[in-house]
Amino acid sequence: MAKVIIDNVEYEVPDGKNMLEVCLSLGMDLTYFCWHPAMHSVGACRQCAVIQYRDENDTRGKIVMSCMLDANDGTRISLKDQRGAEFRAGNIEALMINHPHDCPVCDEGGECHLQDMTVMSGHNYRRYRFNKRTHVNQDLGPFIYHEMNRCIQCYRCVRFYNDYAGGKDFGVFASSGRVYFGRSESGTLENEFSGNLVEICPTGVFTDKTLRKHYTRKWDLTSAPSICHQCSVGCNTLASERYGGLRRILSRYNGDVNGYFLCDRGRFGYEYVNDEKRLTKAAQKATADTDAFTTVKNLVASGTKMIGIGSPRASLESNFMLKQLVGEENFYQGIPRHEAQLTETAFNLLRTVGVKTPSLKEVESYDTVFILGEDVTNTAPMIALGLRQAAKNLPREEAYKLRIQKWNDAAIREVVQERTGPFYLATPCSTKLDEIATSKYYGDTDSLLSLSDKIIAAIAGRQGGNDEAWSFAGEVAQALKASKHPLIVSGTGMMSREILLAAAGIARALKAGGSDVGLTFAVPEVNSMGLALIGGKYWDEAVEYVAANKDVTAIVMETNPVYRFGAKQAESFLKNCGKVVMLDSLENESTEYADFVLPAGTFAESTGTVINNEGRAQRFYQVFAPKNEMKSSWAWLDMMAHNSEKWRHFDDIVEDMIAHYPILEKIRDLAPTADSRVGTQKIPRATHRFSGRTAMNANVSVHEPKPPVDEDTPLSYTMEGYHGKAPSKAIPYFWSPGWNSLQSINKYQIEVGGPLHGGNPGIRLIEPDGAEGGDFNASGNGRNAGKTFEVLPAHHIFGGDELSAKSAPLATRIPDTAVSVSTTALEKAGMAGADRLQINYNGDNLSFKIKIDNSLPDNVLMLPKGFNGTQGMLFPFFTDISKEGE
Amino acid sequence: MERPLTEHIKNDGTALTLKEYEAVGGYQGLRAALKMTPADVMNTVKDSKLRGRGGAGFPTGLKWSFVPMGDDAPQPKYLVANGDEMEPGTFKDRLLIEGNPHQLIEGMIISAYAIGASMSYIFLRWAYHEAAQRVLVALDEAYKAGYLGENILGSGFSLDMDLHTSVGRYICGEETALLNALEGKRANPRNKPPFPQVSGLFGKPTIVNNVETYCNVPHILAKGAQWYIGLSKSEGGGGTKLYGASGRVKNPAIWELPLGTTLREIIEVHAGGMQDGYKLRGVLPGGASTDFLTPDHFDIKMDFEEVAKAGSRMGTGTVIVLDDKTCPVGMCLNLEQFFAQESCGWCTPCREGLPWTAKILLALEEGRGKPEDIDHLTFQTHYNAPGNTFCALAPGAMEPLQSALKYFREDFDEHIHNHTCKYRH
Repeated sequence: MAKVIIDNVEYEVPDGKNMLEVCLSLGMDLTYFCWHPAMHSVGACRQCAVIQYRDENDTRGKIVMSCMLDANDGTRISLKDQRGAEFRAGNIEALMINHPHDCPVCDEGGECHLQDMTVMSGHNYRRYRFNKRTHVNQDLGPFIYHEMNRCIQCYRCVRFYNDYAGGKDFGVFASSGRVYFGRSESGTLENEFSGNLVEICPTGVFTDKTLRKHYTRKWDLTSAPSICHQCSVGCNTLASERYGGLRRILSRYNGDVNGYFLCDRGRFGYEYVNDEKRLTKAAQKATADTDAFTTVKNLVASGTKMIGIGSPRASLESNFMLKQLVGEENFYQGIPRHEAQLTETAFNLLRTVGVKTPSLKEVESYDTVFILGEDVTNTAPMIALGLRQAAKNLPREEAYKLRIQKWNDAAIREVVQERTGPFYLATPCSTKLDEIATSKYYGDTDSLLSLSDKIIAAIAGRQGGNDEAWSFAGEVAQALKASKHPLIVSGTGMMSREILLAAAGIARALKAGGSDVGLTFAVPEVNSMGLALIGGKYWDEAVEYVAANKDVTAIVMETNPVYRFGAKQAESFLKNCGKVVMLDSLENESTEYADFVLPAGTFAESTGTVINNEGRAQRFYQVFAPKNEMKSSWAWLDMMAHNSEKWRHFDDIVEDMIAHYPILEKIRDLAPTADSRVGTQKIPRATHRFSGRTAMNANVSVHEPKPPVDEDTPLSYTMEGYHGKAPSKAIPYFWSPGWNSLQSINKYQIEVGGPLHGGNPGIRLIEPDGAEGGDFNASGNGRNAGKTFEVLPAHHIFGGDELSAKSAPLATRIPDTAVSVSTTALEKAGMAGADRLQINYNGDNLSFKIKIDNSLPDNVLMLPKGFNGTQGMLFPFFTDISKEGE
Repeated sequence: MERPLTEHIKNDGTALTLKEYEAVGGYQGLRAALKMTPADVMNTVKDSKLRGRGGAGFPTGLKWSFVPMGDDAPQPKYLVANGDEMEPGTFKDRLLIEGNPHQLIEGMIISAYAIGASMSYIFLRWAYHEAAQRVLVALDEAYKAGYLGENILGSGFSLDMDLHTSVGRYICGEETALLNALEGKRANPRNKPPFPQVSGLFGKPTIVNNVETYCNVPHILAKGAQWYIGLSKSEGGGGTKLYGASGRVKNPAIWELPLGTTLREIIEVHAGGMQDGYKLRGVLPGGASTDFLTPDHFDIKMDFEEVAKAGSRMGTGTVIVLDDKTCPVGMCLNLEQFFAQESCGWCTPCREGLPWTAKILLALEEGRGKPEDIDHLTFQTHYNAPGNTFCALAPGAMEPLQSALKYFREDFDEHIHNHTCKYRH
């Protein structure tokens, strides 16, 4: 601890901080632009100037930048000194000379850090009387709108995009007052994390193009704390609505999970919520049944034979309620056996390997990384962003040795240069993280498994041959053993249970040597882990069951069998059912076959709990009350189960679930119950500045309707309620007096960049339980049945997820379906130069466009999972290749 | 009067070849140095009171002493010559490089030996095409003669040296921006600390010195620290200094004179006084980024201390003379437009303040000035003061302006009140 003096008051502060962090953490208001809690200090903007004094006798002092000033014992500064205040106001005046006076028409207006800082600095009179400089804007693709004239040159964008996220197609150009941030020419920003520019930019240079399509001011949005449903990481989000449409997704700070950031799939993949194919009312096929749901309830009450098909994209509560409704033995996970067993394996390994699974935040803290099989940039993008930070940890140590402080970002980067690692990858082909890899190895499943055995052997000190695999294994083993804090990363991406076991085996071997090793698995979907926990039979068994039994009523929940299992299998299943009740949010290929559809809420119209890849349970809240029949699946199911007009309260469902699953005991504390209040008030989803409430529907009726009541959560749908800071477990938006932008997060944190007051939300359910068991020797030989190629799934951040792929902005980024193959493999097959090839899957000959990837081993093909033409494919499989039509 | 740095530079405009340089004692300093320990070389330079000739006047030996030494010091260490001479009115390094490139190279080798550097760069202003050619020839000669490369003169010390020609930005002369440019990055300055001696080029220990500074080193090693101190008329530092004068003087040129020669001697004796019909109103004593001095200051010694006491900086020691038929406001405009253009755009006061300043001065010159402009120009000189900005560019840019406002205030007022510039014809 250090004792610093600010305006003659002494404060005890943690060591290793700079004075800007200290002031903000103490809750003081101090203006800044270039500093960012995740990217630290560079001293460019000069906005956080304060007066520093040598000691108590020094009355003159000097202007210093607080972000570049160590908070040492005796550091003495003033925020109140008039000269500092004048400098800060003058600096704003300088920043504003070229800034357009377009706040009323600027997308950032009302949540603009520049606006906040301008007001805070006191600058209000413009002395500059010359022309403003102007820039040409660029088209940066479907996600980001560019308006360079607003730029105040804080350099945060380029520091995030290039230095933090590893982007290559963005930069800073020109000098002096002409400095320009953008691409070398117009074009789509390629980096997977480009959307963070929207939040990183302190003003309106980079704004959300998807929001722009249906723009609403921050203060007019109705928002709720949500969890991103687009992959298994479970990033915390703020989802916002107006006029019944979802307007945007922002990152919701969670110091244990995603921190300040999101990936582009999570941020921009929400438009399916607004899709015109949304199911809005309960309906019976080919009838004008106005009360289809009563018919469904009667059907259920009649004692018909029922089965339920659950889903990894539905909440714990929904899967639980479905299982309750149909009975234990009639509940099927909505995924094939092979896939379900992968997640079950991952789930069990987290408990039984005896190795810690880090939180996403903790991923950033490891110093040596080995990735087995997983293309995390595409399957769990935010893990990749975390790993990019981890890769710089050991090189950073050199800077610390030079007594450079952790916050001194530019100086650290200077010492680190381009060095990364130790960072190793063993994957089927090159992935984006290759660029930070110390060394990498490509192979089919069997070679990667055999490599893993060698790594385990090398960790145990055994030596092997001199081939490439052994020397790579030796290098990896040595680096992992030498590390204080190594991390093994794998996942279900290769669709191989053995790969998961192999990764666990490596972690176990390190653990046996006393290493503080971590193990992270990416799993397929938002609630894959939750579904594994709820358990149930497999899809394949459901197919067999309906084939063998007549007149079965199937309740298919939040899953699209045609997408997941392919048209052929889905069709035969759905046709074999007596009745199909489909609970889903979007009309799709499968709803065609449904006798009844019930409109399920997406994450935006539901409340529920999901479990992420690390076993962290997280609560998402309904954002708004739709003016139609959409509701949480668990609510539909509860009404069916109790033949009731009203569903039980959410908290009762949770209690019921805990009673059945003691492992879920802790989720009782996940969020405040519906009857909890702040003081006597609910937490409002709408801001106190929410406008137009009495006018919004005046074109329909001038009478203001009674606001909808949320009986399931402590949040209210309107602006009524407590307008102080919401408890950390249920923050619908960040705001603090004078801090209208997202930077108001500072005010919600114990210390800036640290945990939220009241703790970061989310509760880890799965910890190593000490019962270390299991055999991690995982070799699978001779599975290829004489075929030349193993076909593995390629994952793509855009298009690899069913729902987000239906969002228009994302859809434009989805590549064509193509099979990846190496040139030499084509040559060996006598197909050099071909542009299409044919493979055999389950007896069908399928033809695909060829995409050359020469990093692929000669015996591996890759097909994008979940794309047009590959939906329902079960990977991996084996095939020979031929020319089209042969 | 001894002129060790320039005495051998030929009048025909050609460079000394290696042979010619050796014939006049070239590389004797290096030979002497290689027989000493690096620490002794460093101490000799410290004792000589050599101070940096780039403008700041930091004691050279002291600067070197911050480089980590010993077996566990980070490797490689780098040594860089700052030859990015873009300070308006300054052309001393050009003379040294073009006239005697080996003297620079020798100085750099000795300096590299002192700090244990194994790689060195000459960072050269882009416009110095002739100098670049001559450096390349000299480097080739030095390599062939064994002064560069592996095991120099059998000493066991190895050093490589390369030429890097800049792309032509003034900011590249700022030592940390220079390092960024040398790394292939944007030439933005870096925050200090860490200083380049600790984390410099590619994050390794690095010394950056001015060309003229290095040119002194061989002579110090060849003839000793005491001899070197004896060359100077200044208390604060040893050696000679390259002084220059430009403007409407009779004999604009560069002269090597004892450090501490008076401003009067430089202007009246060496530059030959003002051209007929012109009166001197003031001088920028050390390049464009120094405060004006007036004839009242002519008896001060041109060294780091006395010029500072008079309210300016010795800077590069190359005097720019303002005469009575040139508009001081116009001169400031010219300079501020230069500095505004050359701002790297990193920190706010410089990026926004300098173009604003230049626009006001242009308005004054064009008769569009307003009374409050004086206040605003004064505000800019405070806003861009040292410490407020990221590096020294903007404070330097403010020096001629703040002193012009002090000494030539009536010219500014006249521009505003008469809505014209009286110096225009």
